[in-house]
Amino acid sequence: MSLVHETDYGTPASKSSEMVTLTIDGQAVTVPAGTSIMRAAMDIGTQVPKLCATDSVDAFGSCRLCLVEIQGRPGTPASCTTPVGNGMVVSTQTERLKQIRKGVMELYISDHPLDCLTCAANGDCELQDMAGAVGLRDVRYGYDGENHTRQAKDESNPYFTFDPSKCIVCSRCVRACEEVQGTFALTIQGRGFDSKVSAGMAESFVDSECVSCGACVQACPTATLSEKSVIDIGVPEHSVVTTCAYCGVGCSFKAEMRGEELVRMVPYKDGKANRGHSCVKGRFAWGYANHRERILKPMIRETIDQPWCEVTWEVAIGRVASEFKRLQARYGRLAIGGITSSRCTNEETYLVQKLVRGGFGNNNVDTCARVCHSPTGYGLKTTFGTSAGTQDFDSVEHTDVVLIIGANPTDAHPVFASRMKKRLRQGAKLIIIDPRRIDLVRTPHIEAQHHLPLRPGTNAAILNAIAHVIVTEGLANEKFVREYCDPSAFEHWAAFVSGPQNSPETVGLIAGVSADAIRGAARLYASGKNSAIYYGLGVTEHSQGTTAVMGLANLAMATGNLGRPGVGVNPLRGQNNVQGSCDMGSFPHELSGYRHISDDATRAMFEKLWGRPLDAEPGLRIPNMFDAAIDGTFKGIYVQGEDILQSDPNTKHVQAALAAMECVVVQDLFLNETANYAHVFLPGSTFLEKDGTFTNAERRINRVRKVMTPKNGMADWEITLAIAKAMGFEMPYSHPSEIMDEIARLTPTFAGVSFELLDKVGSVQWPCNEKAPLGTPVMHIGGFARGKGNFMITEYVPTDEKVGPRFPLLLTTGRILSQYNVGAQTRRTDNVIWHEEDVLEIHPHDAEERGVRDGDWVKLDSRAGGTALRARITDRVAPGVVYTTFHHPDTQANVVTTEFSDWATNCPEYKVTAVQVSPSNGPSDWQREYAEQAEHSRRIAKVAAE
Amino acid sequence: MSGTLDKLVMMANQIGKFFTPQRDGDPVAGIADHLEKFWDPRMKASIVAHWRAGGAGLDGPVREAIGRLKEAKRGAPLEAGR
Repeated sequence: MSLVHETDYGTPASKSSEMVTLTIDGQAVTVPAGTSIMRAAMDIGTQVPKLCATDSVDAFGSCRLCLVEIQGRPGTPASCTTPVGNGMVVSTQTERLKQIRKGVMELYISDHPLDCLTCAANGDCELQDMAGAVGLRDVRYGYDGENHTRQAKDESNPYFTFDPSKCIVCSRCVRACEEVQGTFALTIQGRGFDSKVSAGMAESFVDSECVSCGACVQACPTATLSEKSVIDIGVPEHSVVTTCAYCGVGCSFKAEMRGEELVRMVPYKDGKANRGHSCVKGRFAWGYANHRERILKPMIRETIDQPWCEVTWEVAIGRVASEFKRLQARYGRLAIGGITSSRCTNEETYLVQKLVRGGFGNNNVDTCARVCHSPTGYGLKTTFGTSAGTQDFDSVEHTDVVLIIGANPTDAHPVFASRMKKRLRQGAKLIIIDPRRIDLVRTPHIEAQHHLPLRPGTNAAILNAIAHVIVTEGLANEKFVREYCDPSAFEHWAAFVSGPQNSPETVGLIAGVSADAIRGAARLYASGKNSAIYYGLGVTEHSQGTTAVMGLANLAMATGNLGRPGVGVNPLRGQNNVQGSCDMGSFPHELSGYRHISDDATRAMFEKLWGRPLDAEPGLRIPNMFDAAIDGTFKGIYVQGEDILQSDPNTKHVQAALAAMECVVVQDLFLNETANYAHVFLPGSTFLEKDGTFTNAERRINRVRKVMTPKNGMADWEITLAIAKAMGFEMPYSHPSEIMDEIARLTPTFAGVSFELLDKVGSVQWPCNEKAPLGTPVMHIGGFARGKGNFMITEYVPTDEKVGPRFPLLLTTGRILSQYNVGAQTRRTDNVIWHEEDVLEIHPHDAEERGVRDGDWVKLDSRAGGTALRARITDRVAPGVVYTTFHHPDTQANVVTTEFSDWATNCPEYKVTAVQVSPSNGPSDWQREYAEQAEHSRRIAKVAAE
Repeated sequence: MSGTLDKLVMMANQIGKFFTPQRDGDPVAGIADHLEKFWDPRMKASIVAHWRAGGAGLDGPVREAIGRLKEAKRGAPLEAGR
């Protein structure tokens, strides 16, 4: 193995279709018009010396090292900023150029510390490389002149160091922050000799607007910006391309290693989801993999008030099998079930549902997508015919109008948000429908044309009002509808949305948004050449989540915004493998590829291959499992990689359900909150310790590659195999690639997928089969998967969760950039410095009425329960609305949320809870009791049990 | 909300409210199909037993849809969980 080196072409690729031929150093080369001479030279393998150029940012032309000579032109132009021309004759190496470059390097090196041997970038430094490339042998100016070599380091960021003494002021970091990340946190302060890189208003990195995405570190050609892990460990010696295990963007990374030690994660330029960019989580927050709290040995206990006893894998697996068999013998076949993880691989997820269906003999399997994007699956399948988003991420480069609803991409999907911001800076228009003023409403060089700060729970009404404007003002794309959609469904829908109950004037009063704003947003969306919808859990996690997804699909169909790049309906998936876990048959009513379990022909295929009869009846969904447990008919559960106690709504209800079960098996990296109620704990493996695939929000199947031995002794897929075997259901796989081969055999949309193909082409987007051997970036081209597009009636039905005198405010919940979901991973990294506790955002008016000051402890009570946390006073939220995150178990935000759920899928209504806020002097009694119980439950006995 | 049955009644009525205005002309069939395809046998058994006992709280089309479930046509209710 060796380091994966990616070619730096110096400047970005040109997208021109016009080709230009020129001669460089005697060789003819043909490249697209607009290509730089530097890049054209790289195409024929000639690397022109450079320092300020790198292909992730536009050419700058400041270092004066990449000069070339062009026949017939005076001077020595910079090859990075000079575009190619037809018939041009270029020389990259002449006596004149050699002398100039050597002189430039002499100036650089005269003001650079000569500590190469002890420098963290030794062997990985472009300045060092260029000194070699130009043949620098001495520096005529000496080193005693005025210089910058004794400047203090900025060590404020937990992950990287800024050492200005090594800075050559090439501006690559500043440009990466602007052009790649779009945060504009860095600048060059001062002039001439005083020029220096500055974060924010001459602040430290950690106090500035910097979001720690790592783009500046990536771009730095010297050791000025260096990962602290490289400084500590040394430069890596080999790397493996793998996929991030955080959000649904699915960024490709090079895991750069020294032996089995991970040195750093570097975004992979060839990664088709992230195109070489990263965020603070994927780039830096991987320290949890080695955290001292990670559990590495299996453990069992008889009852949940006992301490855990470490046992062998054989004993633990044996306990799982014997308990599950006992429960089925005593309470019936349907008394147990399992939950697959949207954080685990496709192969692992597939195995858990196979274990439940084939080994347990029922369909009581579900996945955490239940509580996030299950309405997406139902809504898009009903309207379009496929339970997935329609586009690839590249599509946004062709979008003219972006409509974001119920999503906060800069926090939850930051790498895609950067690509979206780039397009917006190029002039695309923006509509945001969100109760909060998310960052994208107004951020450097971007301002939304329309922000509709609607009242939580009124998405369906707002979408109907937008549709009303489109239909009644004649903005629908009738040609598209005639050609691709069911005409009678459209007519019925058009008549429905045209009704007075859906007019902006009526809906505006319900949603708390002006009619003019609704009309403006509708006109802008309908009039864009290419309009694209991006949405998140702010759409799905409602009692009308599925209805709202259908409402979005209706809008896209009515305006013809489907079936080509730049348009579409794009769910931004929360977790790394939400799409994949759904694809793999994790839902209790369907097998892989979204085929209903009652379909005899489909079931027969699986029965034949698995050698087991399958139940034709759907199983329990997660919330139904909890109810059945409390009713006494559901007694045992196998939970792989999900913390249902912290993440599911109405914590007290979940606690009661778990306590009512006789065997709770948790497979995870840490003793999470659910494990407080577990009888068997199976230590899980990290994404660094296994092979497999994740499928991201754009249906892209990416490889996950093992870079180190599982610290717990077994990869997660091997644990499921062991349980199945102990239950008498053999699954003969020796490698995850064989599991994918089986998935491909049984799933038409995956028929062409194999590890071999993925290793060859990098990644593919399903459907990938005979019709589309390299996958399908954009769906529904020339017609919908279901045949004709199906308009659904989306009548607004107000939620049963009502505000009133006791609970006058509406709580809505969400995520923050530095933390991820229940925080099990990110809370065990230095990311806690940015968000060490959940806080409650409250509008100044609401705070003043209650006598609450910024930073005060407040009680947050709902009909379900109460908690206490600190208040943050902000007008990001509208009066009457409060907001918090759910990353910390100390807060347990879900003790407040209710069990109201989506009508079609039971996806919980996290986004609407009627609450009251009042001053408090600290954590609530319930929080104290909960913390005590959790601590008691996590005790591990010193002597191993037999 | 109190108890699983109350929740099932509420969920069934939510489903009814979606299908009732759809264009197909037979919202009852849509409701029945949804319940058949997405509810576990013990949930169907519970709601059918409630329907047999008078179906308090169930909206009209939902009540009719439950009567069309295979479970309702089977006669005696299933023993939940078996």
